[in-house]
Amino acid sequence: MIDLDDMDRAILRRLVVDATQGAGAIGRKLGLSQPATWRRIRRLQDAGVIKGRQLLLDREKLGFGVTVFLGVKLATKGRVSLEDFERAVTAIPEVQTVEHILGLYDYRLRVVARDISDFERVLRRRIMTLPGVGDVEANVLLTEERRPGPIA
Amino acid sequence: MLDDVDRRILRQYQRAPELTLSALAERCAITQATCWRRLERMQEAGVIRGQQAVIDWRAMGYEVEVSLRITLDKTAPRAFDEFLAAAREIPQVLEIQTFLGRVDLRLSVIARDMADYQRLYRDHILTLPHIADIEALMHVARIKSDEVLPV
Repeated sequence: MIDLDDMDRAILRRLVVDATQGAGAIGRKLGLSQPATWRRIRRLQDAGVIKGRQLLLDREKLGFGVTVFLGVKLATKGRVSLEDFERAVTAIPEVQTVEHILGLYDYRLRVVARDISDFERVLRRRIMTLPGVGDVEANVLLTEERRPGPIA
Repeated sequence: MLDDVDRRILRQYQRAPELTLSALAERCAITQATCWRRLERMQEAGVIRGQQAVIDWRAMGYEVEVSLRITLDKTAPRAFDEFLAAAREIPQVLEIQTFLGRVDLRLSVIARDMADYQRLYRDHILTLPHIADIEALMHVARIKSDEVLPV
């Protein structure tokens, strides 16, 4: 595990808000030279702390008005392999994330759709036909906040 | 509105946000000038909102990730606002979502290990206001996490 000092954390906080900033711009705000900032960013990447970048798009402006979280329980454990289910569910374009969880459900899926009738189509044609799928619980997303996490 | 070229750009760009303009243009089979113009327009229209660095919390020593599904006591008139304000104060909370469905809210929380999680749960989660019911789901693995929109 990597040890971070206050300067590393300050750099991370800025990159989480805007990953397009260069080492020069970040360094200027923190009173650090461009090469020194660059080396620290490089170290965070090499240690795997920064695992990549994500492009932020406006879902609504792109016509995706509905986001639904589905809790999926597998019906026939043992007979259908988890790998088969995972491979099939990952291939559905409307499924944005797939998490394997322990508890009430086996998997949690984040699904986007244009509207509720489009969501119904995805649910019936794509989700309910997955190998081994059993109970499905749906929760429609109303609001979402991403927090910076413990880098303060 | 977006046309096929815009969509092609968004498809490639979502999968590899670190691409340079010239590499992105090449993948989309368009000129750099066109690519730049299209990106500029989508940024101005607010379709592209920016880029954020994705942190691997495991690499920072947070081994445990738990989804807390919470039902609130809605007889209290400001239950949502007061709960949300208090949840924002907990640094280990990564996501706060509200729903229409069987549960009202979900918090995604991280902890260094199970002992750390237990402390967090007892001292900071259970003391949040207006909780009627709470269920914990432990994350085992992320199978797909790119959050790409099917544009």
